[in-house]
Amino acid sequence: MRARPLILTLAHRLAILAYILFALFPLFWLLKVSLTPNDLLYSEGVRMWPSRTSFDHFRFVIAHSDFPLFFRNSLIVAGSTALVVTAVASLSGYALSRFAFRAKYWIVALMLLTQMFPLVMLVAPIFRLLSPLGLTNSLTGLVIVYSAFNVPFATFLMQSFFDGIPKDLEEAAKIDGATQFMAFRQIILPLTLPGIAATVGFVFTAAWSELLFALMLISGNEAATFPVGLLSFVSKFSVDFGQMMAAGVLALIPACIFFFLIQRYLVQGLTAGAVKG
Amino acid sequence: MASIDIRDIHKSYGKIEVLHGVDLTIRDGEFIVLVGPSGCGKSTLLRMIAGLEEVTGGDILIAEKRVNDLAPKDRDIAMVFQSYALYPHMSVAQNMSYSLRLRKTPRERVASAVSAAASKLGLDPFLERRPKALSGGQRQRVAMGRAIVRQPKAFLFDEPLSNLDARLREQMRAEIKKLHGELGATSIYVTHDQIEAMTLADRIVAMHGGVVQQVGSPLDLYDRPANLFVAGFIGSPGMNFIEARYQPGEGSPAARLADGTLVALPHAYALEPDTPVTLGIRPEHVVIGGEGREAAVELIEPTGFGTILHLALHGLPFKVFTTDRKVLNAGNAATISFPPQHLHLFDQEGARVGAV
Ligand SMILES: Nc1ncnc2c1ncn2[C@@H]1O[C@H](COP(=O)(O)OP(=O)(O)OP(=O)(O)O)[C@@H](O)[C@H]1O
Ligand SMILES: [Mg+2]
Repeated sequence: MRARPLILTLAHRLAILAYILFALFPLFWLLKVSLTPNDLLYSEGVRMWPSRTSFDHFRFVIAHSDFPLFFRNSLIVAGSTALVVTAVASLSGYALSRFAFRAKYWIVALMLLTQMFPLVMLVAPIFRLLSPLGLTNSLTGLVIVYSAFNVPFATFLMQSFFDGIPKDLEEAAKIDGATQFMAFRQIILPLTLPGIAATVGFVFTAAWSELLFALMLISGNEAATFPVGLLSFVSKFSVDFGQMMAAGVLALIPACIFFFLIQRYLVQGLTAGAVKG
Repeated sequence: MASIDIRDIHKSYGKIEVLHGVDLTIRDGEFIVLVGPSGCGKSTLLRMIAGLEEVTGGDILIAEKRVNDLAPKDRDIAMVFQSYALYPHMSVAQNMSYSLRLRKTPRERVASAVSAAASKLGLDPFLERRPKALSGGQRQRVAMGRAIVRQPKAFLFDEPLSNLDARLREQMRAEIKKLHGELGATSIYVTHDQIEAMTLADRIVAMHGGVVQQVGSPLDLYDRPANLFVAGFIGSPGMNFIEARYQPGEGSPAARLADGTLVALPHAYALEPDTPVTLGIRPEHVVIGGEGREAAVELIEPTGFGTILHLALHGLPFKVFTTDRKVLNAGNAATISFPPQHLHLFDQEGARVGAV
């Protein structure tokens, strides 16, 4: 590679830096406000960092609010949704990628169709469907709704990962003595780990931060997820920004841990060396 | 080890038929090579034997048992893919032992089978590596190793060497031949490569357009090609063809070329006088110099071992191969003649015409 002119390299790096700053600034502000004691919040004006920091907001949110409950609910809902969707989508994505069957065209068309509606349109019908079944105000109901909405996209995502895996591999496995399902589980699935990680991550974050359905289908704190819970810091007369931001910071933690765990798979090109490159 | 019977096999993809009734009997331990131009259905036939493609019509028997509806795993065959198809997340040893592990072979047996195959193929130093850390030639060996660890009824090869460079290909070709000598396994080998076909095969199956053109020993196909297709396909550079008309003569049968000159034939044929025929002669059988017909020299290609002369005979391209280096200074013209015993005669349909 030829050395690029220094000025271009510099401009390139600066552009990246500017973008990162822009993207991360809201997060920084979240952290800053969450650490600012209430008495300084409005008195100090706009400063990059308060003159005194405290963990009071965090302490309050963890010990005296319903936040741990919201947090637990969200974890259950997002985790289950991610599991259900990924399991279903890897099977259906595999089927779409590998098999020719009669209704394939129409199934794909229907799945695309579901992605075309603004979700707001569907809130009322879904409420009508779920309430006689006793699934409003329940985490199960949320998991079902989230799964239904995420499966089509996740299926297409997984399909594209399966498409990238040479067919020869599972044919070789079948000749070696594997059934179709064994070839899928022992050869194809391990090679799709990056795709599975991406799908799990995508679905988890989508479910973690979903607000519309959570707000409409859940009333009361018992089954509220954390995005709904955040709204409880908004009262009629004031917004408790410090506590709200502290809750927000806490809510970031699982997503961070999560991506930290799966990032190894996201960046890895596992199929290298499968077939002649 | 087993025999393989292919009976009137048809294959269609939708409305398009790509195999039009293939019959073939492969004896136990035989090495069969399928050759033919791209798209003639070699891979399709091989994949049907493996169970990877459904059979549209006809029967496939392995060891006298009909396998049409058997899954690949129950056919007990091994296959080496052109792409090698190594499992990238498994080490070389795991790749080789996968089939044995699926069959719940005892651990010690697996280990001994793998190490035996590895030492046969010179893979011992690489057993713990992943495929991506191997060269193309080493990957090819692993693919072979994966096939030989268990003793299958038959080996199928789909252009296993076509991704290797020329020298490596030569070396692997010899190794495959040696392996077959040792294992004596029934093998079906698909290739584009003439030399591979000629050197490896007990019998060659020449295919064209989904139809078997000729089955025979390599020298059979070379000496007595059944039709124009096989005559042109086997041999390199390819056979020369000249349009002519048959002249029984009076005890001296000949073929009259377009310019009216006669080419002597070795014997009489069961043809009406003046029947249009195609004369064939291999470039290496044409004699240069002495008495003969004049041809313009268009191009001289020295290959080191010999020389290919590109001529224009009566305005049509004509090739001659010789190991005589004098032709390098041939100049603009050469005289050539056709030894009668090396002439092939084909009728209008392209089928070989035999002696009376
Ligand atoms: N899945 C398929 N659908 C439709 N047609 C197919 C399919 N697979 C193969 N064919 C057709 O069948 C014919 C035979 O293909 P095949 O792969 O057997 O050729 P081949 O002799 O192995 O050629 P090559 O030497 O290039 O590998 C080709 O004309 C091909 O277009
Ligand atoms: Mg092929």
